[in-house]
Amino acid sequence: MTGLLFQVFVYLCAAVVAVPLAKRLGLGSVLGYLIAGIVIGPLLGLVGSETQGIQHIAEFGVVMMLFLVGLELEPRSLWNMRGRLLGLGGLQVAVTIVLVMAASMALGQPWSVSLAIGLVFSLSSTAIVLQTLNEKGLMKSVGGQSGFSVLLFQDIAVIPMLALIPLLALPELAQHASDAVAGAEHHGAEMSLVTGLVGWQIALVNIAAVAAVVAGGHFLTRPLFRYIAAAKLREIFTAAALLLVVSIAFLMTLVGLSPALGTFLAGVVLANSEFRHELESDIEPFKGLLLGLFFITVGAGINFTLLFDNLWFVLGLTVGLILLKAAVLFCLSVLFSMRWADRWLFTLALAQAGEFGFVLLSFTTKNAVIPPQVADLLLLVVALSMLLTPALFILFDRVILPRLDKGQQRPADEITEHGTAIIAGIGRFGQVINRVLKGNGYQTVVLDVSADMIDMFRKFGIQTYYGDASRPDLLNSAGLQEAKLLVVAIDDVDRAVEIVSHARRERPDIHIVARARNREHVYALYKAGANDIVRETFDSAVRASRYSLEAFGVHPHEAEKLVTVYVDHDRDAIRRLARLYDPDLPITENQPYMKLMKEIQAETDAALSSHTPDVHDRVKRAWLPPGSHPDEFD
Amino acid sequence: MKSGQVPAEQGKVVRPDQRILVLFAHPGQRYSRANRDLSKAASGVDNVTLIDLYALYPRFKINIEVEQQRLLDHDVIVFQFPLLWYSVPALLKEWQDLVLEYGFAYGEGGDKLAGKCFTCVVTTGGPEEFYRVGGRNNFPLRDLLAPIEQTASLCGLRFVPPYALFAAHSAAGDDRLPRHVDGYRRLLEALRDDRLDMEAAEQMRLLSAETLPMRRTAQTGVKR
Repeated sequence: MTGLLFQVFVYLCAAVVAVPLAKRLGLGSVLGYLIAGIVIGPLLGLVGSETQGIQHIAEFGVVMMLFLVGLELEPRSLWNMRGRLLGLGGLQVAVTIVLVMAASMALGQPWSVSLAIGLVFSLSSTAIVLQTLNEKGLMKSVGGQSGFSVLLFQDIAVIPMLALIPLLALPELAQHASDAVAGAEHHGAEMSLVTGLVGWQIALVNIAAVAAVVAGGHFLTRPLFRYIAAAKLREIFTAAALLLVVSIAFLMTLVGLSPALGTFLAGVVLANSEFRHELESDIEPFKGLLLGLFFITVGAGINFTLLFDNLWFVLGLTVGLILLKAAVLFCLSVLFSMRWADRWLFTLALAQAGEFGFVLLSFTTKNAVIPPQVADLLLLVVALSMLLTPALFILFDRVILPRLDKGQQRPADEITEHGTAIIAGIGRFGQVINRVLKGNGYQTVVLDVSADMIDMFRKFGIQTYYGDASRPDLLNSAGLQEAKLLVVAIDDVDRAVEIVSHARRERPDIHIVARARNREHVYALYKAGANDIVRETFDSAVRASRYSLEAFGVHPHEAEKLVTVYVDHDRDAIRRLARLYDPDLPITENQPYMKLMKEIQAETDAALSSHTPDVHDRVKRAWLPPGSHPDEFD
Repeated sequence: MKSGQVPAEQGKVVRPDQRILVLFAHPGQRYSRANRDLSKAASGVDNVTLIDLYALYPRFKINIEVEQQRLLDHDVIVFQFPLLWYSVPALLKEWQDLVLEYGFAYGEGGDKLAGKCFTCVVTTGGPEEFYRVGGRNNFPLRDLLAPIEQTASLCGLRFVPPYALFAAHSAAGDDRLPRHVDGYRRLLEALRDDRLDMEAAEQMRLLSAETLPMRRTAQTGVKR
């Protein structure tokens, strides 16, 4: 127990110290995690061989990340990407494999080993690249999108690679390997549904599994989540979200597919679902932590003894690899006629080897394809190239972009898919606002906690998402950072105040329109930072009183002026009373407040009374015959 | 319905039944005896539709379609208002701005009102001698109403000189108001029955209860 706690302490401590520091220095969080890993691993020796085991858990962060990426990507946009996915991705993988293989053969490796090395090095790091692109907000740029297409293709390409590698086995290593496999089987073989099946059967099982994920995601998740949402237990929803990701990953591993690919597909299927934002914000923290852990283990796993023994050789290989991959990427970016900024981003972002390289390397040694001593060196190259990636991003940010900016105008930022208005609560109040905004062509993202309500609105074709808007993370995933307007239209008095104060903290410049229950609520919302506060029943009560006056025969224009006087007095009263309002004291016990309220009531009554002999009274002032006195007419 | 020839020898009045629309605009009706009495008189005349614009649109949200249809449904259009700052009350100006649309009242295809009759029924605070060159208000009332006259002209409306009551506030105290109100009733009836002597009227600067030029029988040729 103490051992475990110590481990957790060391990892968390390293992350908490190193990551904010790295971000402050402008290095990005990924480099922060990597450095933290180096410090606690090779440098201080606080963690050791167990990093391998932890890395397997941490790789789950990559799986979750792809799930989240899928959630952001509707099936239609995935289909639109197909050209870049196959063209860019396919060419990148194929050309890199061939060139790396050639280089390796030139260095004297046999062809089969060279091909395996080509496979390992053709992959880039999804984890580092996506994390960094998201952090820098470059995901939507053409360079970012192209990079993402290539990464996605690589994740798919891992599957045939895993099938190909055993065929490359070296006879002289086979004996050693079978010993290792025998050793591994002692620990209990991995569960699998496809052992002992021939090729076409495996293919059938694979297709069935993917179909199950797509169909299940489409038909089963909604009723399931609606059922869970009805229970109104937040942690159970989180548990269900985790269960979804874990079960898909499990199914994919069972049939020998990439778990990252499976969850990505599930994400795409759920991208249109009303639970999208809720799922996003539930998975997000787990993904962040696991991914961080993954980067730390990469840093901690670097074998410094081996590195220093072969320092120049390994460095040379690493730099050579990066140059080669960058050259391939650059040619592709020219071929696909990207702009200069996108070209450099695409080239530098994907020039490293990736975490799947670790997986492939351990697989190759197990299958007697690459001799272990070579594999150890290659492991160092992969880790070092990943370590250098943040430096390449810094190069892009600090050196390349400023120069390009001088020469050419940067293309305008693409409009994000997030709405320009977030409406929290789609009850009777929020509905009207949503219809008026949508009717006039403004984008809205609607959040509500009632699954029934959402269901109904979806039937009317109104995009509504399930989620408690008072959760900061959910508000963020609904696009708080980009939105122009937040409308808080929920029933719950306290939560409305929470939402307003959170949004105001995050976005000092956003405009907030809030629905208030009563005067006290107005005061609280004002203090929380709402711009426009609307008492939910005030305006309708004013209208009702206007009709009542008209029913007594008051001329409608006169009635309008009378209620306007009342509204003005009331607004003024609220402003004056707000200064005396004390949130810790019930209003009836707040003596100064009660006193002022009575005074104001008397003032309002006097102003409304038609017997005030004041020519400049607000009502009578509107129009008077010259030289007359209002009293004459009463 | 078309106003036809009325055989004089029958000796009784056959109504050509011109339909009259009175658009009444007054933002402070509870202070106005004159306009209240005038409205009451107007609403008592057959074939007159009296619209209190400030009652119908207290928040100035004018329904353009309804207002245009109302114009199409009548043959004579009357603006009844107190002169405020030498012009119509704000809502009546808003009404003109919105309802007299291009393509409806003027411009290409804007002949929907052409041939109808138009007049103003105006009350003023100041006495008649103020409305003279060199007087306190420097302009004759008819000159001050030139924008409305030209508006009518652009819309192809036949402009009948304004029916005016000066010093309306003091008129309520003497017998000028009842006489003016009665004249208003007679004016509306004459317009309805097509008995106003248009040629004679058009020679006058203003109309008053004492100077209404009437014919015994209906005219011909007044277009709908």
